[in-house]
Amino acid sequence: MKTIYLDNNATTRTAPEVLEAITPYFHVYYGNPSSAHTFGGKVARKIQEARERVAALLEAEPEEIIFTSCGTESDNTAVLSALETRSDRRHIVTSRVEHPAVRSLCTHLTGKGYRVTEIPVDGQGHLDMERYQQSLTPDTALVTLMWANNETGVLFPVEKAARMAHERGILFHTDAVQVVGKIPIRMGESAVDMLSLSGHKLHAPKGVGVLYVRKGNTFSPLMIGGHQERGRRGGTENTPGIIGLGKACELAALRMDEENTRVKTLRDKLENGLISSVPNSRVNGDRTDRLPNTSNISFEFVEGEAILLMMDEFGICASSGSACTSGSLQPSHVLRAMGVPFTMAHGSIRFSLSIYNTEEEIDFVLDKVPAVIERLRGMSPYWKAGARACAAS
Amino acid sequence: MWEYTDKVKEHFLNPRNVGEVEDANGVAEVGSMACGDALKLTIKVEDGKVKDAKFQTFGCASAIASASALTEMIKGKPIEEVEKITNQDIADFLGGLPKEKMHCSVLGRQALEKAVADYRGIALKEEEGRIICECFGVTDREIERAVRENNLATVEEVTNYTKAGGGCEKCHDAIREIIAGVRAEATPVSRPKLSNIRKIKMIEETLEREIRPSLKHDGGDIELIDVIGNRVLVATRGTCAVCKASEQTLKNFVEAKLRELVWPELVVEEVTP
Repeated sequence: MKTIYLDNNATTRTAPEVLEAITPYFHVYYGNPSSAHTFGGKVARKIQEARERVAALLEAEPEEIIFTSCGTESDNTAVLSALETRSDRRHIVTSRVEHPAVRSLCTHLTGKGYRVTEIPVDGQGHLDMERYQQSLTPDTALVTLMWANNETGVLFPVEKAARMAHERGILFHTDAVQVVGKIPIRMGESAVDMLSLSGHKLHAPKGVGVLYVRKGNTFSPLMIGGHQERGRRGGTENTPGIIGLGKACELAALRMDEENTRVKTLRDKLENGLISSVPNSRVNGDRTDRLPNTSNISFEFVEGEAILLMMDEFGICASSGSACTSGSLQPSHVLRAMGVPFTMAHGSIRFSLSIYNTEEEIDFVLDKVPAVIERLRGMSPYWKAGARACAAS
Repeated sequence: MWEYTDKVKEHFLNPRNVGEVEDANGVAEVGSMACGDALKLTIKVEDGKVKDAKFQTFGCASAIASASALTEMIKGKPIEEVEKITNQDIADFLGGLPKEKMHCSVLGRQALEKAVADYRGIALKEEEGRIICECFGVTDREIERAVRENNLATVEEVTNYTKAGGGCEKCHDAIREIIAGVRAEATPVSRPKLSNIRKIKMIEETLEREIRPSLKHDGGDIELIDVIGNRVLVATRGTCAVCKASEQTLKNFVEAKLRELVWPELVVEEVTP
């Protein structure tokens, strides 16, 4: 059975060009970049090249790039560094819809004597900018806001928020894991102080991430050890991962147009096709201010995990914000923060595309998924009564 | 992704008895859409037997499979037999459920109980209790019952079986108190089914505490080799291994002790090393 992979916000396929570029760094050029010999030195030069490629994609300086092991490490490093270097301040501002890498960390810090303000979002997933402005105080050390939401793809006005923080002398970090490679990022003219990205979200392998730290900012490392990354991140470098990320960034720059044209068109075709052929379905989040590859659709009166498993029978891979898939008993915190009714949140499915998706795949999904929903609704005690109520209103 | 048994998957993909029995004389609706799963069960009882049963479910794969399994388990069965079905029976029928999904089997048991009560014309005495978990509307009575019937010991287990405590978590202390209360009861109302792991653990503890000291006193020893169902396979060591009376010792002392302290149906067998 063919796999139709529409779960690219979870992870992406490593690009064949990336795989080819990194393979020799496992068994041929396996030297340690810190070594004094030429054999290791060659690898160090490749890492420097990767650093330059990442910097080019972000329009940043190479020395502003710190390689880490993942997006979560980058987020943790950024937040903890800000608190360490601004030790006179005990307040953090974030949003209600952050990824657990930030959200769980903030909850953890609440228990350690820090105050955390979570800014709400509206029904479209937009940040409440008025509340945001009010939340910035002289005690605020850091603002950490995601650039794009991983579940809905909705974008936050990060530049505007960063400038507002700066005016008050507050550091600004953004989790840009879902954004890098999809929309242009220009750190050279940005007010953002720190930015996290993750390799495996843009066709590099898992196990490599980046924390961008603006030149001139004080920084406190999380991983303390050797002098790697100029003492800002101890630990032997994941050389194949880093070299792969460099290659992936180079490819992303070339393919960003395609993400915003062909991929976006496929996403829109999928989304419009599903909501027009499946009654009682709707898109979660603002449809314009959003990533080009993400669509979050709720199918009322059915449960997300059941939808996923039935789609799985056709090889279709996606995600759900339902309680049963989360491992917790409540539906996605993002959809709840947006005020999506439980009846809709339990039946939410996130489709996230990549440049590797084809029109045939989208046609196949449009052919199969409406029947899956209909079948599950046929088993649901709410479907008939609910549909009648909706028709009457 | 959840690890479901083939039987769960099969019942999910090909659910039996979906719909509503037209001339049903027992109807039950449990759960709610807000909570993430709901089940409507309709049964037709004739001549003391469940002649037909159908279900409608809003929920995940294991909720659908549990409801499908339940209808298969009760169809054609005498009502007295059907009444005794527990949530564990539903889970066992499916070859087990992931522990986080046990509440799906509890939902099935609740629906069954309510449908039978409806058939009998008794308004099932509303579990009047006090709401403990506000997020999922679970009462102290429901939690007590789940703890008692499934021998639950932790808040996490209670959440897995009843959903209570799975939301804002403010009720965790109250749940801990309920668990402590039930476990302090002098005689359990129904003897909990013994899981294999628990059984093996209890056998080991009994051997260590009650049996080995006596044997060692006579220069002997015993080793637990395996437990297969109710068969306890042991090997004797030291003087026991050469003692002609060791068979008597195993039956009259070791087996008797294990039956008394662990499970009444255990049989001790000696295996040669």
